[in-house]
Amino acid sequence: MSAPGRPQALMPEPLGGEGNPLSAPGRPQAPMPEPLAGEGTPVRAAAHPGFARYLAPVRLEEALEAMARPGGATVLAGGTDLMLQLGIGRVRPAATLLNIRHVEGLEAIGDEGGELVVGTLVPVSTLLADPRVALHAPLLVLAARRFASEQIRNAATVGGNVCNASPAGDLATPLLALGAAVTLARLDGGKVRTRRLPVDGFFTGPGRTQRAADELLLALHVPKAPAGAVQRFYKGGTREGLDISSISIALAARRGDGGALHEVRLALGAVAPTPMRSPGAERLLEGVVPSAERCAAAARAAADDARPIDDVRASAWYRRELLRNMTERMLADVCA
Amino acid sequence: MSAPDPLPAPPPEVAIAFTLNGVRQRASVGMGASLLELLRDGMGLTGTKYGCGEGECGACTVLVDGRSVASCLMFAVDADGRSVTTIEGLAHDPRGAALREAFVAHGAVQCGFCTPGMVVQAAQLLQRCPQPDAAQASQAIEGNLCRCTGYRKIVDAIVAAGQSLGGPAAGGPR
Repeated sequence: MSAPGRPQALMPEPLGGEGNPLSAPGRPQAPMPEPLAGEGTPVRAAAHPGFARYLAPVRLEEALEAMARPGGATVLAGGTDLMLQLGIGRVRPAATLLNIRHVEGLEAIGDEGGELVVGTLVPVSTLLADPRVALHAPLLVLAARRFASEQIRNAATVGGNVCNASPAGDLATPLLALGAAVTLARLDGGKVRTRRLPVDGFFTGPGRTQRAADELLLALHVPKAPAGAVQRFYKGGTREGLDISSISIALAARRGDGGALHEVRLALGAVAPTPMRSPGAERLLEGVVPSAERCAAAARAAADDARPIDDVRASAWYRRELLRNMTERMLADVCA
Repeated sequence: MSAPDPLPAPPPEVAIAFTLNGVRQRASVGMGASLLELLRDGMGLTGTKYGCGEGECGACTVLVDGRSVASCLMFAVDADGRSVTTIEGLAHDPRGAALREAFVAHGAVQCGFCTPGMVVQAAQLLQRCPQPDAAQASQAIEGNLCRCTGYRKIVDAIVAAGQSLGGPAAGGPR
């Protein structure tokens, strides 16, 4: 906070109809406190992380062009991760700080046939508020409830959470379990070209994805829950709010006639370099009405598939134990 | 400092215009500056507190376009075109006033460092849920740390502020 260009002043201008967002409609506008600084010079807050320029385009093409230029661009969406990562040097500033918040059409949720299309700029709090998400992808709601705090959920975007590719990312496991896909866009000969990739395989390592440096993630494509859908989420941590997972588990399946599970997808977070599925557990659960023994075996298989490490949040041993126990509990609940 | 600056000129700052507590403001900000730095160091509005700088403690909570955010994690450049309300801006707001009185009446303030963030976050809760119950109040401040009170009195104060304002009963959208 020791900015060289120390703050200077501001230029207050009286406002027309705009007001305090908390003022109730119809009430007389409350008087606002006087700004504290003097008049004359614009205010400065001057932290310089090393970007050469700043862009906040409205058109997608302009954003993609900035990403394709030599020196590239660091994408700013919600900023909640970027601010921290710049601060600790994990992200090296590209030539351009590219604020994509004004790019048109990236903050909508669309209902397109069999899938929900969630724009990259949709804040996590919208997942909790939008009835279409609750209806068609309840797993995302379960995960969003455990996502940081309201202050972070209001700022953090779904696209940012996916692109940051934390092994503990709260949306990664539900998206994997749901069989979601992403669309990426790049500029090619002046035209916007998009490609669609499944989330399964999108993560290639901690903080790494298949997204190329000149590609922007435009949207998430989430298949709608089928009839008989079974969706469960577990996040292990020390408290309900504002915690990073020690592990997370997301389960999506369809219960057919007779109670057998189909299209079982069990995704695990924070137990490998990337969010991952458990092929062993899925194989044991697919097409059967799982008995208690089968549930226990599937939970052991999930623990065997995981490749956890020791870190500040949990030891590898604890993660594996927690994973086995909580998977078994989740499956028991599903089969009860 | 009088010594000549050996560093190359810093990159240009970004001119932004936004609404702060109902008043149009212009500012020139570095690309990495947080909204919190702009508010405290630039505007001199020190009601908003710098706690952890990592979005973990909620002391820096402000409203941006009516929604609570951690101002330490928001880029100041991204305030361009938006409406920002700080604890100072809630001074004359009915919800802010009700919360202030309730915090005092319930002894919800000890060292006071978390209080501005608590009040701003609670104001956002009262906006979407005018009469929260204790569970809703408690959940709403999950992103606000208090190391003094044990939260009980803060939760009581938020519930009481809602009741004092009247409005629809608890059980609305969370």
